[in-house]
Amino acid sequence: MKYNDVILQTVTKFISFLIFLFAIYIFFNGHQEPGGGFIGGLMTSAALVLLLLAFDMETVRRAMPIDYKTMIAIGLVFGVGTGVGSFFFSTPFLSQTFGYFHFPVLGELELTTTLAFDLGVYLTVVGATMTIIQTIGEDK
Amino acid sequence: MFTILHLAIIAPFLAAVLVPLLYKFIPRIHTGWFVLIVPIVLFSYFLTYLPDVSGTGSVIKTFEWIPSLGINYVAYVDGLGLLFALLITGIGALVVLYSIYYLNKHKEQLNNFYTYLMLFMGAMLGLTLSDNLIVLYTFWEITSISSFLLISYWYTKEKSRYGALKSLLITFIGGFALLVGFVLIASVTGTYSIRGILDASDQLAASPLFLPAMLLILLGAFTKSAQFPFHIWLPDAMEAPTPVSAYLHSATMVKAGIYLVARLTPLFAVSAYWFWLVTGFGLLTLIWGSLSAIRQTDLKGILAYSTVSQLGMILSMLGAGAAALHYDSVDNNAYTVAVAAAIFHLINHATYKGSLFMMAGIIDHETGTRDIRRLGGLMTLMPISFTIAVIGGFSMAGLPPFNGFLSKEMFFMSMVEITHFSQYGMGSIGLLLPIVAWTASIFTFVYCMILVFRTFTGKLQEEKLPAKPHEAPFGMLLAPLILVALVVVFGFFPNTLVPAIIEPAMASIMPELAQTGSFGVDIYFWHGFSPELFMTIGVVLLGTIIFLVLQKWSSIYAVFPDNRLFNQTYNRFLEGIERTSYTVISWHMTGLVRDYFIYIFSFTVVLLLFSLFGTGAFAIDTANMVPVTPYEAVLSLVLVGSSLILMFTRSRLKAVISLGVLGYTVALFFVLFRAPDLALTQLTIETVSVTLFLLCFYHFPQIFDALKETKFHAANLVISVAVGLTVTLIGLSASGTRLFPAISDYFLENSYKEAGGNNVVNVILVDFRGFDTLLEILVLGIASLGVYSLIKLRLAGGENK
Repeated sequence: MKYNDVILQTVTKFISFLIFLFAIYIFFNGHQEPGGGFIGGLMTSAALVLLLLAFDMETVRRAMPIDYKTMIAIGLVFGVGTGVGSFFFSTPFLSQTFGYFHFPVLGELELTTTLAFDLGVYLTVVGATMTIIQTIGEDK
Repeated sequence: MFTILHLAIIAPFLAAVLVPLLYKFIPRIHTGWFVLIVPIVLFSYFLTYLPDVSGTGSVIKTFEWIPSLGINYVAYVDGLGLLFALLITGIGALVVLYSIYYLNKHKEQLNNFYTYLMLFMGAMLGLTLSDNLIVLYTFWEITSISSFLLISYWYTKEKSRYGALKSLLITFIGGFALLVGFVLIASVTGTYSIRGILDASDQLAASPLFLPAMLLILLGAFTKSAQFPFHIWLPDAMEAPTPVSAYLHSATMVKAGIYLVARLTPLFAVSAYWFWLVTGFGLLTLIWGSLSAIRQTDLKGILAYSTVSQLGMILSMLGAGAAALHYDSVDNNAYTVAVAAAIFHLINHATYKGSLFMMAGIIDHETGTRDIRRLGGLMTLMPISFTIAVIGGFSMAGLPPFNGFLSKEMFFMSMVEITHFSQYGMGSIGLLLPIVAWTASIFTFVYCMILVFRTFTGKLQEEKLPAKPHEAPFGMLLAPLILVALVVVFGFFPNTLVPAIIEPAMASIMPELAQTGSFGVDIYFWHGFSPELFMTIGVVLLGTIIFLVLQKWSSIYAVFPDNRLFNQTYNRFLEGIERTSYTVISWHMTGLVRDYFIYIFSFTVVLLLFSLFGTGAFAIDTANMVPVTPYEAVLSLVLVGSSLILMFTRSRLKAVISLGVLGYTVALFFVLFRAPDLALTQLTIETVSVTLFLLCFYHFPQIFDALKETKFHAANLVISVAVGLTVTLIGLSASGTRLFPAISDYFLENSYKEAGGNNVVNVILVDFRGFDTLLEILVLGIASLGVYSLIKLRLAGGENK
């Protein structure tokens, strides 16, 4: 029997986009509201998993040619990098700071070095979960 | 400072390093010739110390080793130490000389032999010339190790390996006891220096550790000196090459225990236990060794038991000499003669036993056997060996005009004198001591006669001998000839030894008495019709009769328990240890993870409950508790319900789903307790893990379906209930006790001020405690790479994809 999952695929195209947006929102908002790198990363993987469910592994890989193992490494480099970066300012490992800056279009924004660290968490979480799921999924 | 004396003591170790090089690069000359230089030079060097130690003199040189722990390499030369140093180097030189002719240059691995021998010599010198107990112990163990190596020199023979292992085990047990004893002494007196400890002997005598320390040290000394019932290693050590037997197992190593007893006599001799233990075990060993020696048919076997017996005799004299310390001065002190006799016999035994071993080696070398049942009639073929055997054997038997006679007379004298001693409860059983000593001497006489006459007289049984017997080369005979010459010289002129060696050595053993005057030792053959003389005459008469009718009564030995009894005990002990540990291990190391969990959990429960109630920490304080809301009550019921389903369900799918329910309920609890970050994470993670569980169960092999139901074990129920109860009780007690205010106020106040964030949880994660987060993402990364490599990397299993 030949079956057709056009509804699933169509819905996924729309929904996964929303989940992505929500994940990014949660990630950037983490410093002030509930959220952060960890949960943002998990949500991003959820969106990717939805794509994997609706389409097959090859299609997703063609659409997004990402090596998730490299992503783990990049995430860890971000994490360690912010720590090492604080050495340049003669402060202890992983010292964080923040400040308010004025941007041309966006107006005044709070920028903090923890964002880089959180980005490391985010990338690692996405990389790790996707590596696990892809590896298990591909296993025959 | 590192002095020449220090260098002299460790010179054999340096020589041991050079021996293999000489062996390799100068193969044409027998390596022994180079080695021979070392003991000769050392012997001459130590002779120069004779004037220094006369009277009560001594030489002390300190080289700092571990000064912060009070462990220094303190070389200490006094009468006793010098006596041993001269014995070690003197007999060492003769043994090396003998071994040059005994060991074949082409067939034997001489580099091993001389390296081990030099190690042993250095260790023995260090042992006897050390003032520091830890240094002494270090050298003590090196003698055990080098002796082990030397016994197993022919390591391809199974008996050599067995004997080496046996001697190692027994002497190591003693060595460890010794170390503990030393540490106990040092913990009381606060020093490792022997001189310092002797000064503080009153302090030790008053301490409760006195008796344990004494027993442990005696255990060490008795095992090393092959005292009953630890003598069993010595006969098996006869598998070593004969020069080794002559050197280690008659003249030096087995006397290390005697050295220790003599050295610590001033410390322990105040105790009656010391007197009875040392004298008693000495006499027991003396008679046991002499009785067992008669039974032997192997020349070296006889000599081994005779060594055991003679060591017992020396030790019993040292024990009897302890009585001397109860008198204030040397005047009218009859018991100092026991110490003089012990030292004199120590020297005599080294001379005649060394020569007898070498004689046994010559016989073995020239006839191919050491079995006295095959030997006989060698007198005319090997006249020089016969002379050696007669002098050595008669001296050992205690016949005039040899030195053995003199020391045996002094032995009897001290044993007779000791019966007059009024302390230690001597009155009741004191008379036993001379009787045992006398009986043992009769049997000593008998085995000496067997040794001499069975080997050399009678009919030659040439057909039974593997080789055609003939006299040994002169070089081989030289060393035993020098030794028997000493036997005769010391026999006729014993008093030459007295001022130079015996009295300084006595001064070391009895330092307090030495202060009051000269010991006045005078050794001579004829001292009137004293009891000793009649005892000796009795020994000779009875001994001769017993020897002549030996064939008629030797069948008695069949009922008399022999050494096999102790060997069997030893073997059974080893087997027992092996079997017991095997049983214990296979009983509790089942290989089942379930069993290990039972151990872990029951141990945790017992430990925690014990400390909870043992220390009175258990307290439930309801003051800090908050009221329960209906939401929490409902959620708790759901939680309990799903846990019960999880435990009692027989379907795996239900288990996974109830686990999911459990997880989501926890997430709801997080919502209820206002932890949105946790709730979000918990929800996502729970979903992922339930999915992974389902994935696992989907791929389970069919065979497991038969095992679906959970089996009921009462023990598991008890333990799990106990664990739950323990954790609950601890949780309740802990929540009621708050010793310090929480740190969370600081985070709440400073989250925005310091870090610019309003989400305190996130600020803590990435800012205040970012280091934990860094390592947690590392854990996550490692886990995923682990999953990746587990699945992708399939080296084993034969499935080539």
